[in-house]
Amino acid sequence: MAPSAELRLESVFRRFGEVRALDGVSLAVESGELLTILGPSGSGKTTLLKVVAGFEKPDGGRVLVDGQDITSLPPAKRDIGMVFQNYALFPHLTVRQNVAFPLEMRNVARPEIDKRVGETLALVELAGYDERLPRQLSGGQQQRVALARAIVFNPRLLLLDEPFGALDRKLRETMQLEVRRLQRRLALTTIFITHDQEEALVLSDRIAVMNKGTIQQIATTTEIYERPASGFVADFVGESNIFYGTAGADGVVTLAGGRTLNVARKVPAGKNVGVLVRPERFSNTAINAFEGEVIEAVYLGSSFKIRLKTADDFAVIVRLPARGKLPAVGGRVSVGIEPDEIHVFDV
Amino acid sequence: MKGRHGLIAACAIIYFFLMLPLLVVFPISLSSAPYMQFPPPGFSWQWYERYLDDPQWIDATWRSLYVGVATAVLALALGVPLAFSLVRGKFFGRGILDRIAMAPVIVPTIIVSVAVYGLFAKLKLIGMWYGLVVAHTVLALPFVVLVMVAGLRDFDRGLEQAAEGLGASRLRTLMRVTLPLLRPSLVSAGLLAFITSFDEVVVALFLSGANMTLPKKMFDNILMEIDPTIAAVSVMQIVLVTIVLVLIGRFGRGLSATAR
Repeated sequence: MAPSAELRLESVFRRFGEVRALDGVSLAVESGELLTILGPSGSGKTTLLKVVAGFEKPDGGRVLVDGQDITSLPPAKRDIGMVFQNYALFPHLTVRQNVAFPLEMRNVARPEIDKRVGETLALVELAGYDERLPRQLSGGQQQRVALARAIVFNPRLLLLDEPFGALDRKLRETMQLEVRRLQRRLALTTIFITHDQEEALVLSDRIAVMNKGTIQQIATTTEIYERPASGFVADFVGESNIFYGTAGADGVVTLAGGRTLNVARKVPAGKNVGVLVRPERFSNTAINAFEGEVIEAVYLGSSFKIRLKTADDFAVIVRLPARGKLPAVGGRVSVGIEPDEIHVFDV
Repeated sequence: MKGRHGLIAACAIIYFFLMLPLLVVFPISLSSAPYMQFPPPGFSWQWYERYLDDPQWIDATWRSLYVGVATAVLALALGVPLAFSLVRGKFFGRGILDRIAMAPVIVPTIIVSVAVYGLFAKLKLIGMWYGLVVAHTVLALPFVVLVMVAGLRDFDRGLEQAAEGLGASRLRTLMRVTLPLLRPSLVSAGLLAFITSFDEVVVALFLSGANMTLPKKMFDNILMEIDPTIAAVSVMQIVLVTIVLVLIGRFGRGLSATAR
């Protein structure tokens, strides 16, 4: 099998009336990589996918696959496999006919079609379901058919548009891992769209966080989680405590109300910065202490989730390993955080 | 539950008064008397035999059948693209076109008949079966458009997008996805168009001349010589239309879904 393609977008614009759905988006997806586009609804991520698939024409910019400009190519000529949000299986065709569809459209010979449909159905563990109609399948099975149909013709790219949204939690987790396994095995360049940050962290090689038609940050999953580039990314991905303040000398950030935090990163004095503290990074150290009243305490099995309110009016979310007794609401708790666990970002 | 009983009773009464005149035709068609009499004095097949032995009746029946089929075909050929353009097109005058397509339902048939008669007389189309097909198509078109527009409004265009994304051209998308999925609407529209033509008498009175359709022949028969043959013909027509309606119910898109 030929190595999967690489995709490049060069300052792509798309406007709907006054709304800038895509406001100069540039990105590159490497061959065999799974890139997740993560963003809230209305961030432009679905428009981005449609531009790549060819269902939307951009107002400006270029889409390149392996260096070839496909911006004005119709969808049928792009050789891109896509799994739609609602699967879009053809209800009048059987599982076999659905999966055979893209091959028939490419005028592949009948024996070859039968062979590849059989192989692909086996790959998604649906062998034996050939003659069923989509409505006779469960949600997870329909999803597998949609996936089989999208990969059976060895597409240059695979696009997944929030495919797990309709599945229940357990099945969703199974399917996520299965899609990832399949994608790795076929080394298929894949763009995955979701608004679920947890899903993005599980599945991706890299994540592009989108908001208001622009890419806020594009980086590996750990980078996005540990070192978000902006308050938006920090807030959107994972639980977070975000504070804003002014950098002073020697790695000290002064927050509102005069509270100071010692941070590891050197920032020019006088600069306004944002500070991110992940709830699970708090410990019982005395450095950068937050002491306050417990407003809310929840037992989550593996951890306690505690909401603190300090005397100088800071609301802080803390996660502590679930050992011993859950702190009582109204009681007092003190936690601290090591300077190198604090992430400082520019504002 | 009490309200439900009332509803059933009301429906029963309505059915009784609407259906009874139709049902009376059945015993009369099997009457042994040479004139319309109810209840019939005895049993006989003679009126069916007379119908089947009379080339004029058989001729009229065949004509009605092929005029009906041709009308259905022509009405679909015009109505389906029209429905597509009304639902999916964005062009100047779409609203007006929508209303024009529906006009034959609103304009009294007698007015259409006189107008078409005037035109067809000049074109020497009176007495030609294909002239009648053209006129019937005008009457059937609104039903085809109505059914197809409803079908297309409910159609999930995501499926067409999916087909194109998987490599299908516009034409193959239409043939493999769109039309097969619209088949129930197509069946309903075609059969409705057929019935519209098959039952139609006013336009046929004006246009068919000596080459009569079945309803026209029945009309003439009632005027000239009233005997139970007409009852036998009615029975056969009722049976045929019932079969068509059952087909619509079985293979077509329900009319209730269309009315939404």
